[in-house]
Amino acid sequence: MLMFCATEQGAEEWAKLPEEVLSDSYAKIGAWFGQNSDKLVITHQLQPPSTATTVRFKDGQAVVSDGPFMEAKEVIGGFAVFDVADLDAALELARTWPAQGTVEVRPVVER
Amino acid sequence: VATLVRVLGDFAVAEEIVQETLLVALQRWPADGIPNNPGAWLTTAARRKAIDVIRRDQRYREKLSLLDQGPLRYGPVEVDDRLRLIFTCCHPALSREAQVALTLRAVAGFTTSEIASAFLVSESTVAQRIVRARRKIVEARIPYRVPEGREATARLTEVLAVLYLMFNEGYLSSGGEAPARRDLAEDAAWLAGLVASLMPREPETLGLWALMRLHLARADARFDAAGNLVLLQDQNRGLWDRTEIAAAVQLVERAGAMRRPGPYQLQAAIAACHAEAPAWEATDWAQVVGLYDALLALTPSPVVQLNRAVALRFRSGPEAALPEVEKLAEALSGYHLFHSTRAELLAATGRADEAAEARRRALELTSNPAERALIESRLMVDA
Repeated sequence: MLMFCATEQGAEEWAKLPEEVLSDSYAKIGAWFGQNSDKLVITHQLQPPSTATTVRFKDGQAVVSDGPFMEAKEVIGGFAVFDVADLDAALELARTWPAQGTVEVRPVVER
Repeated sequence: VATLVRVLGDFAVAEEIVQETLLVALQRWPADGIPNNPGAWLTTAARRKAIDVIRRDQRYREKLSLLDQGPLRYGPVEVDDRLRLIFTCCHPALSREAQVALTLRAVAGFTTSEIASAFLVSESTVAQRIVRARRKIVEARIPYRVPEGREATARLTEVLAVLYLMFNEGYLSSGGEAPARRDLAEDAAWLAGLVASLMPREPETLGLWALMRLHLARADARFDAAGNLVLLQDQNRGLWDRTEIAAAVQLVERAGAMRRPGPYQLQAAIAACHAEAPAWEATDWAQVVGLYDALLALTPSPVVQLNRAVALRFRSGPEAALPEVEKLAEALSGYHLFHSTRAELLAATGRADEAAEARRRALELTSNPAERALIESRLMVDA
């Protein structure tokens, strides 16, 4: 799984970009997904962390609260699951990610 | 086991070595599956261990040469397996400490406690690093392969960086009581030789191997009888291993002929200039300065600039070199060699008080006992 992250500042700047720059970036991302569609299992862009609600389990009780689960400098903007052979293949994909920020790569647990 | 028994002539020793190596293999193979030719890398690791045992035992000294004949005795498939192992151990998804520990353990056949004493950390720290790295190899699916295509260069650079760090740590330790740990340096050179013979078309690999061999060829002259560090300019050049130097210089030339220069080749070429000079004064300083310029163009670094300034001093005099060193004051304020180099230049231009002050600063900044003794002796000369 590739998790696409950005700093909070980066995410804010992204949101303020002019329409044509933004649509150009989305076009590049769309093309990237198109190129790698044969390996893609699922992907979603996420709404910003301001929309997050957190459920914490404390003493067996679910406590619902506003905000992301942790106050992090980096926020996850979206994720994509690809079916690839190994870490090198996943890193090869991550290296070609056309947008800014950070990409965290992790295997999913297979059952 | 048979291969080793033949060479060692001592079944008990051979078996013990193989068992240790097998242990590594058994821990490793579930992660990646059994290599195409398990015999090959088992032999490599076992042979490495055997060399270690032999080193400690004079009776086997003459057999060392028999065992250490270089890796190309095996077929191409086996060669592949050892390279794969090195590239896996040095995968960039592992921390540098883990890369070093894994390479020493799995490729060079070090025990956990040998790695611990080589790097002056506790055995449990090393064991933990190795366990964590193995787990990451399995769980993150780090592949067991030699990278190809556009990754290849970056990954080879990573392998060479691991070997160079290993060598430097062995050649001149950053702390502790042992002034030099030759074994670690020699093992790093052995590994570099292994990679160089498996990838003979990579000039930087040859360059790194040559660089290590040039340093090791001078190792006997680096310390005096009392264990004090002797500077290059004061070394007894009669103690240098001329055969090794000649072999290393050939490597530098072979690499240079491939016309793909790189930092290791340039550093080896600089080391070769020193190694080939019959005396410090007879060094080809103009060429050394030129090589430093080329190195700076590839990898700009204040430490390289400092070294260039030293060469410049002997080409153009201390007055020319001092301003070059002063420029680095901010970048290298915490580096003892900056202060001792500056001290030498100040002393050479008749500024004794400032020189003594700079030397004291250098002394405060180094923990290596051999280097401390050297600076202290210079302070006494000044006084």
